[in-house]
Amino acid sequence: MSKIPASPLVPYPSKAMIPERDLDAVPVLETHHLGIDFGGLTAVDDFSLTVGKTEIAGLIGPNGAGKTTVFNLLTNVYQPTRGSIMINGFSSAGKSTAQVNRLGIARTFQNIRLFSNMSVIDNVKVGMHNSTKESLLAALTHTFGYGKAEKIANERALELLDFLGLADLASATSGSLPYGAQRRLEIVRALATNPRILLLDEPAAGMNPSETMELMENIRNIRDTFGIAIMLIEHDMSLVMGICEGICVLNYGKIIAKGTPDDIRSNPTVIEAYLGKRGAKKEC
Amino acid sequence: MIHFVQTLISGLSLGSIYALIALGYTMVYGIAKMLNFAHGDIIMVGAYAVIVVVFQLAMPAYIAILVSILVCAVLGVTIERLAYKPLRQSPPLTVLITAIGVSYLLQNVALLVFGSEQKAFPQIFSFPAVNIGQVSIDGITLATLIVTAVIMVLLTLFINNTKLGKAMRAVSEDKEAAGLMGISTNRTITITFAIGSALAAIASIFYGATYVYIKPTTGSMPGIKAFTAAVFGGIGSIPGAMLGGILLGVIEQLSKTYVSTLWSDAIVFGVLVIVLVVKPTGLLGKQINEKV
Amino acid sequence: MGRKEKEHADTARGKRLDTRPQFSKNLLTIAMVAAIYGLVSYLVYSGNASRQLSNMLISISVYVILAVSLNLVVGLLGELSLGHAGFMSVGLFSGCLFSIATADMMPLTLRLPLAMLVGGLVAAIFGLLIGLPALRLKGDYLAIVTLACGEIIKNVITNLDITGGALGLDTGTIYSNTKTLLPFAIILVFITTIAMMNLKNSKHGRAIMAIRDNRIAAESTGINITYFKLTVFIISAFFAGAAGVLYGHSFANVKAATFDYNMSIEILVIVVLGGMGSVRGSIIAAILLQVLPEALREFSDYRMLAYSVLLIVIMLLNASPKFAELKGRWSIGNLIRHLRKNKAQEVANHE
Repeated sequence: MSKIPASPLVPYPSKAMIPERDLDAVPVLETHHLGIDFGGLTAVDDFSLTVGKTEIAGLIGPNGAGKTTVFNLLTNVYQPTRGSIMINGFSSAGKSTAQVNRLGIARTFQNIRLFSNMSVIDNVKVGMHNSTKESLLAALTHTFGYGKAEKIANERALELLDFLGLADLASATSGSLPYGAQRRLEIVRALATNPRILLLDEPAAGMNPSETMELMENIRNIRDTFGIAIMLIEHDMSLVMGICEGICVLNYGKIIAKGTPDDIRSNPTVIEAYLGKRGAKKEC
Repeated sequence: MIHFVQTLISGLSLGSIYALIALGYTMVYGIAKMLNFAHGDIIMVGAYAVIVVVFQLAMPAYIAILVSILVCAVLGVTIERLAYKPLRQSPPLTVLITAIGVSYLLQNVALLVFGSEQKAFPQIFSFPAVNIGQVSIDGITLATLIVTAVIMVLLTLFINNTKLGKAMRAVSEDKEAAGLMGISTNRTITITFAIGSALAAIASIFYGATYVYIKPTTGSMPGIKAFTAAVFGGIGSIPGAMLGGILLGVIEQLSKTYVSTLWSDAIVFGVLVIVLVVKPTGLLGKQINEKV
Repeated sequence: MGRKEKEHADTARGKRLDTRPQFSKNLLTIAMVAAIYGLVSYLVYSGNASRQLSNMLISISVYVILAVSLNLVVGLLGELSLGHAGFMSVGLFSGCLFSIATADMMPLTLRLPLAMLVGGLVAAIFGLLIGLPALRLKGDYLAIVTLACGEIIKNVITNLDITGGALGLDTGTIYSNTKTLLPFAIILVFITTIAMMNLKNSKHGRAIMAIRDNRIAAESTGINITYFKLTVFIISAFFAGAAGVLYGHSFANVKAATFDYNMSIEILVIVVLGGMGSVRGSIIAAILLQVLPEALREFSDYRMLAYSVLLIVIMLLNASPKFAELKGRWSIGNLIRHLRKNKAQEVANHE
C-alpha cells in the first residue's frame, strides 16, 4: 500500500499524532450525523460526510444554509451538540481549536483574518509555529538552537510564499496588501500548519474571472504538490464545477444532495433550493 | 439582627452612591464605547461646586444643588467635545489614557484652586432619622436610597419610552446604522455625557452629605469602585450598573462591619474577581459572540 | 512534483530574507541604553552627579524595567493590565524580606541578585495566579480584574505584620545608596531589555502578537492561547518583581500603599506614550516621564497640571493624521535613510 509521498515541503505529521496507522486506509475527514443547536435554533443537522485523502470537495448552498457553521464545527470553534468528527481516523471530540489544527485540519476565513499588524512572512511563520523547534529559553536568549530554527522557518516560509507568488511581498505589512494577495496569504498560512485537509471559506469572493481561473490552478497545484485534500465553500459555480470532484449541497443546515458535479448540476432539489420552484439553471 | 439590618441599610445607601456613579460610567461606555476615567473626578467637582456656592456665594442649598448639576453637566460635555470626540476613531486604549489625563487635570486644578486640606461639605440636609421598630435609619441614608431609586426608575422609563432614549439605545447597538437612520450620533453622545455627569453631581451631593470631607482626590476611589461596580454588573447595562453598585456597597459595608475595615477592600475586590471568573461578562452583561 | 518544489526552494534561497533591519534596530536600542548608562555612571562615580540626578537613577531604572515588562502584556499581547504595581509590590516585599533575613549571612553582591530572583519568582507565581482568571476575560473585564487583584495585594500586604503593617517595612538594614545599587540596576535593565527584544523577535513573540491581532485566527493556526497568555503574565510579573526588589533596597521604608492602581496607571501611561510594543519607546518614555516632573520642579505647583495637559495634548496629537505624517517624515529611520542616500550620492559624484 502506498503511503503519502514524502515531499520536502511537507514533512510527515509527527509520529506522536498519527503513529503506525496506514493513512491510506482512512479517509482524511469523516463526519457522522454532525449537528449543532444555538438555543432553540438548529443550525446544522445530520451532517454526514466523507472526504478522501486527496479529494477536492465542495460545500455549496444558498446564503445562510450553514456552510461556515459546518467549517466552525469541523475546527471545533463550535462544539457540536450531536454527532462526531474524525480527522485522519482520530476523533476531534472535546479538543480545542488549536488541538484540532494539530490533528491535520487548517482553514481560511470568509472575512479574511490575517495578523494585520505583522509582516507577510511573520504570518506564515505563525502558521509554522508547531513545527518550529524553538524553546522559550531559546526565544529569550536567542541561543540554544534559535538561529537554526529561525533559519529553517525563514526558508520554509519563503518557499511557501513563493508557491503562491507572494515571496516578493515577504516583509510587507500584511494589512497593507491588496485584497487578492491577502486571500492568498491566508491560504499560505493555513498550508504552513501542515494540514492533511485544507478548508477554504469562499476563496474566490471578490475575485474577477481571471483571478478565479488562477485560483483554480492554485488549488489544483496545492492538492498535487502537497498531496492533501481540499474542501471549499463557494458561491462561484464555475469554480465549484470546474475543480470539485465531489460536491455536497446544504440547505437550512441539512444536506440535500451529494455527488459529482454532473449529479448536482441536474439535481432538481438543488436547483429548487437556489432558485425556488422556477427551475432555471443558475450561473453565479 | 437589628445590627445586621442597619448595616444592610448603610450598605444600600453606600451602594446607591456607587450605583449613581456607575450609571454614568455605564451609559457613556454603552453609547460612546469608552471608559471615562475622569468620571469619578466629576463628582469631586460637583461637591466643590456646592461648597463654593453655599460658603462663598452664601446662596441657599437648592441653588447650590442646581448649580452643581449644571456645572457637572457642562463640564462633562466640554471634556467630551475637547478631549474625547477627536479620538472617536482611535483605539480604545488611547482614549483611556486621555481620560486618565483629564482625570489628573481635574484633580490638579482642584488642588491649585482649593488646596490639599479637606473642606467640609455644608450641612444642606437635615432629614430626621426614621425609626422602624428598633431599627434607626439615618435621615441622609434614607434620602439617598429614595432619591436613587426614583432616579433609576425615571432613567429606565426614559431609556425605554422616549424618543431620545431609543436614540441612545440605537447608538449603543450600532453607531453607524443609527447615523444612517437619521439619528445625530454627536448629539446623542453629548446628551449621554450630560446626563451621566448630572447623575455624578447628584451622587456627589449625597456623598458629601454622608462623608462630609472633600479633597481633590475624593473622587478617585469611589470612581474606581463605581467603575468596578459597572463592570461587575455588566458594562453597558443600566440595570447592571444599578445592581452592581448596590451589591458592591452592601458587600463593602458588611465587610467593614463584620470582618474589619482593614480587609473590606480586599473582600470587595475579591468578590468581584470571583464573580467575573464565574460569569465573565458580569452579572447582567450581554454575551457578545464574535462572528467567525 | 519534485522539480516544481526544487524550483520554489531555489527561488526562496535567492530571495534570502533581509533580517538586518530588526537586528540593527535592536542593536541601536542596546547602544542607546549603554550610552546613557555610560554617561550616567561616569557622572556618579566621578562624583559629578547632582544630588537630584543621583536620587533619581535607581527609580528611573526601575520604571524602565516596569514599562518594558508591562509592554509585553499591553503592547505585545494587546491586553490591558492595570495591576502591574501589584506584581512589583509582591516581588518587592518577598525579596526584601529575604534580603533582610540574610543580611548578616551574605554580602550585598550575592544577596541582592538572590533577593531579586526570589522576588521575581514570587511575583511570577502571582502572575500565574492572576493570569488564570484573566484567561476567560477580555478587554475591560480583564482590566478590572487586574486592577482588583492589584488592590487586593495592596490591602493584604498592608495588613500583614510581617511586612510591617500600615507603617511599612523597615528596610534600613538593607538600604544602599545609588553608587552601590547602580551596577545591579544596569544589569537588570540590560537583562530585561534584551530578553524582551529577543522574545518579540522569536516564535513565541510571533504567537503572542498573533493572539493580539486576531485571536480566532491564532487558535485556528494551532496556537495554544492559554499557554501564551499565562506565559506573558508570568514573565512580565517576574521582571516587575525583580525590579521591585531593587526599588526596595533604595529606600529606608516601603509601604504597600505606594504600589496601588495609581502607580499601575503611571506605568501604563509610559507604555502607551512610548508606543505599544516598542521596547525602545518604553525606555525613552520611562526616562522622560521621570525626568520631566523633576525638571519642571521650578513650576512645582503647576508641574502636575502641566503633566496632565501634556498627556492629553500628546494623545490628541498622536491621533491626528497630520501629526502622524510629520512623525513619519522626521523619524530616525528616515533620517538614516536620508543620510545613506546622500552618502551614496557623494560616492557616485566622486566617480
